[in-house]
Amino acid sequence: MKELMVRAIYCEMLGYGVSFSYIHAIKLAQQGNVLEKRVGVFSVILLHDTNLIEVCMALTVVSQMFPKDMIPAILPLVEEKLNHPKEIIRRKAVLALYKFYLIAPNQVQHIHNKFRKALCDKDPGVMSASLHIYLQLIQENPEGYKDLAPSFVTILKQVVGGKLPMDFNYHSVPAPWLQIHLLRILSLLGKNDQSTSEIMYEILDESLRRAEMNHNITYEDTFLLKAAKCIGNFVLSPKINLKYLGLKALTYVVQQDPKLALQHQMTIIECLDHSDLIIKRETLELLFRITNDQNVTVIVEKMLDFLRISEDDHTTIDLVGKVAELAEKYPYKYNEWFIDTMNTVFSLGGDLLQPDIPNSFLKLLSEGDVEEDKKLRLFAVNSYISLLQGDSSKLPQRFLQVICWVLGEYSHLREDLEPGVVVRLLAKLLDMKSSSSETKCWVLMAMTKLCPGGAALALVHDVSETYSSSLDTMLRQRAQELQILSQDSELQAKVLPRSASMEPVEVDSSLSFLDGFVSEALAAGAAPYKPPHQRQEELSRSKALNLEPYGLSLPISISSCSITDRQSPTLLSISSGLSGDSTDFSHKGSRTGYNSTALKLDGVKRLWGRDGYLAQKEQTEEAPRIEAASAVRSADQLGDNNALNSQTPNPTPSPECDQEKQQLASSLFVGLASQSTVSSGSAEQITDPLVSPSDGSDNLLYKSLLDSLDLDVSPPEQTAGLVAPNGSCDAEEEPADADVKEIETPPVRDERVTAEASPHDDPDGSKDPSLASHLPAELSALSHSKVTLLFSKQNLDVSACHVQKEDSVVLVVFISNCSDSFLHQIRLQVDSEELEVRHATENLKISSFSLIVSCRALRLSTEEYGAMWLAFSHDTKQNLTLIHDGRDPLAATLDVLKRKLQLHVVEIIGVEAIVACCLQQDQPCLMHCRMHAGMLAVWLRSPVPDLPDCLLYCCQRALQEL
Amino acid sequence: MIKFVLMVNQQGQTRLSKYYEPVELSKRAALEAVAVRCCLSRGKHQCSFVEYKDFKLVYRQYAALYVVVGVSDSENELSIYELIQNFVEVLDKYFSRVSELDIMFNLDSVHIILDEMIQNGHIVETNKSRILAPLTAIDKMADG
Repeated sequence: MKELMVRAIYCEMLGYGVSFSYIHAIKLAQQGNVLEKRVGVFSVILLHDTNLIEVCMALTVVSQMFPKDMIPAILPLVEEKLNHPKEIIRRKAVLALYKFYLIAPNQVQHIHNKFRKALCDKDPGVMSASLHIYLQLIQENPEGYKDLAPSFVTILKQVVGGKLPMDFNYHSVPAPWLQIHLLRILSLLGKNDQSTSEIMYEILDESLRRAEMNHNITYEDTFLLKAAKCIGNFVLSPKINLKYLGLKALTYVVQQDPKLALQHQMTIIECLDHSDLIIKRETLELLFRITNDQNVTVIVEKMLDFLRISEDDHTTIDLVGKVAELAEKYPYKYNEWFIDTMNTVFSLGGDLLQPDIPNSFLKLLSEGDVEEDKKLRLFAVNSYISLLQGDSSKLPQRFLQVICWVLGEYSHLREDLEPGVVVRLLAKLLDMKSSSSETKCWVLMAMTKLCPGGAALALVHDVSETYSSSLDTMLRQRAQELQILSQDSELQAKVLPRSASMEPVEVDSSLSFLDGFVSEALAAGAAPYKPPHQRQEELSRSKALNLEPYGLSLPISISSCSITDRQSPTLLSISSGLSGDSTDFSHKGSRTGYNSTALKLDGVKRLWGRDGYLAQKEQTEEAPRIEAASAVRSADQLGDNNALNSQTPNPTPSPECDQEKQQLASSLFVGLASQSTVSSGSAEQITDPLVSPSDGSDNLLYKSLLDSLDLDVSPPEQTAGLVAPNGSCDAEEEPADADVKEIETPPVRDERVTAEASPHDDPDGSKDPSLASHLPAELSALSHSKVTLLFSKQNLDVSACHVQKEDSVVLVVFISNCSDSFLHQIRLQVDSEELEVRHATENLKISSFSLIVSCRALRLSTEEYGAMWLAFSHDTKQNLTLIHDGRDPLAATLDVLKRKLQLHVVEIIGVEAIVACCLQQDQPCLMHCRMHAGMLAVWLRSPVPDLPDCLLYCCQRALQEL
Repeated sequence: MIKFVLMVNQQGQTRLSKYYEPVELSKRAALEAVAVRCCLSRGKHQCSFVEYKDFKLVYRQYAALYVVVGVSDSENELSIYELIQNFVEVLDKYFSRVSELDIMFNLDSVHIILDEMIQNGHIVETNKSRILAPLTAIDKMADG
């Protein structure tokens, strides 16, 4: 029987369906010995077994496949196994828990301290298994696990120091995979955090040194240089695989500092000529990163060369996108070059192009009205006409469409060109068999725009006659348009005004002109419009089995109806949001105008950031990658490294070839060197004024001051557990008298969250509780959270709190001046991406943050509660710990929840209690609590999926925090 | 993270396949064919990492047998490259000079070994004696 099962597995592997044998596998699992159980499917009963191997197998299978619903049943058993005397069982149990965490994070919340125990396990196997969980946890929330960084460092130190048993070594390197794992965790932890990273430097040094035992690296001051050196060794390596990795690492480093590539110029050039396409591609990727306006032509040329020989679709698409991006970055430098490049891109990329490339190309052509643009357009027209006059049958459809559009819009720019000629060329396209009907539409549109006179008119008539009887409706419509417009020149001038082509067409996106029609239709009994996803939902609901008792189906449909009704107001508010946006745009426009005068300063600022801050981030991010690789590397080549290093790594190429390469190198790396000098100069310039920021109206100064503010915002903001708007950039201080300046920032796009910035100058300074008294009058009556200091810099403090309004949460930001001098004017720009993101996903998953902030009491009577309870479908049950502080534990626990989460306790009946809260008016969540066996059994219900889970998690956290 | 592990011979016949992400049965064959073609077509002087669509293939050749591992973009290629070597060394230790036939006829044992080393797409154990511990215990039970 076992033999047959193995064969069935084999058959399935070969691609034949063997679903008929699954049931036999299950049968097999229930009988016989261990081996057969292994081959069959796991059954839960196994976990009660005392047999070591059976438990082991069971846990293996648990960690591979397990249904979410069964976790509560099995969880205690697995937890129990964590204390098993055998290391293998403990290890497997940890892995099983990891799986549980992956599929249902909030069900294993309460056993986090057990993970910590596993991390400290005396057996390295168990410890390394627990690292998987931590990697996942830290990825989700790096701030919460900072305190573990030292212990990870200690572990790594021990591993690198060879403290593990001998059998963990792999080719005489101590546990390379474990090292990689640890380094990855450290890099996640060290990101954006100076102090944590400092702990790590030492150990990173150590492991680097060990990994590169054969290379005598003299230590430099900055880590970056060291990393670069290591990479240098990689790139120079004669082993092809290592070369690839070196290039990759270099690509990462170069993103932070292009200077570093300079040292490796020659190697990079060699890689460009390498016979292996993959290596070549990687090199191009690297070059893509170091492009600037001086070397862009050479690099793009290299990329196009590669494109011509590449066959893989995926590569082509990717690379074409990159070329187009580069070309669009520097369009004005060389008009002809730009158009030529784009032409090559279009013809090579063919129809594989992503549609946004032609779109952005056309947008670029059509925007602006300067002389430069005219030249660009004129050149485009010329080159397309000559293209069409040649053999146009080979050109891809997308390219033809672009050509048509450009000719239609801009061929009038060339005075000596008769529109008739263009029309004739276009008509030739129509006759081609290969043209798709979409292309034909574009052609017809271009013809419509051209409005030919004289001889070509007949041709146009001819064409429109032919196509107005076409089977394709789109084509037919276009042909009709062409026919009518070409006959009536007055109408055409009105519909397609040439001079006004730059002005954006105003579109009434709310479709308000249809309102009358809609209301008429509604009055006549038509069904109200439902968005597609809702229609889908209702369809599936009507198809699915009705599990609810019959009486309840009514309230559900009512609620869905009310949702539909609510659609229209949101639609309206969206359109109003749009109009708000447009004013915002104009605002931005003026800002860009301002920026362009201050363009020079911008550049300076960015470079400063790169030197001062970004480099540090890079160090922690990059280092692990590099040396993780190098750790394994030395394993592989311990033997032959010695021999290889004594040789010169590159075989000296013949002199003239060398010269050629030198030339190429200088053309590629031009600009990088000059950039570096600029950066060092400007850094000095900036640090100077920073020392005495009290006087001076120098723009530069405040830019840099706030720049540094900006840099510091992110870490404290996260620890405070509050989302502060990233106060960014622009600030001006002028010697004028104005004490308090209130600036209303534009509302965040999410309708429910309005961010209000009300900076108060507080000459007495500091973060005293009186800040709360500065709350605007209309907010002071409402309940607000504690005012948290987000960060302070020089003499500015920024704190924030949130206030719960009836229909929204208002985030209030205080900016206080704690110096003696007057702060006369502040310009504040609020960039509230964070808030937007969190609320945008609200329907799918409510993050716990937004919940704590926006959760509010829902005041209900017990009767209302009863009615609502039955109507809600999404529920969760869980046991929570009770709080014992001498009083009735139930009341004490509920008090905490009430205080922390703003829940409303409806009624307490003996050992049971009912509690209610809501996110918004229409998103309630009801909670039923019962004391049972020293625990608080809670049962949450809500009409919103995921809300119970999230709220439960918040409750757990609130209780744990005590 | 590791997406799949494949063992194929030079004729392109699959000897072992294990997926860590759900892939439809019908799509597996196509995926395998493409992956194998990518790897077989490459020479000795070319590097062992191939980028294919949104993931990377890392392969290693042992006589007529190729081991191909598909990984996501964020995975360290070299660690996977060495993992393959480690896996083959473990097989070698268990079967004492492993051959293609060993893998064909002892598919279940190979799967157990692989399960010990990789779970849910992550490397969980690389210590050779620990990988083999459960398997030898099972063998002892079957014999005794």
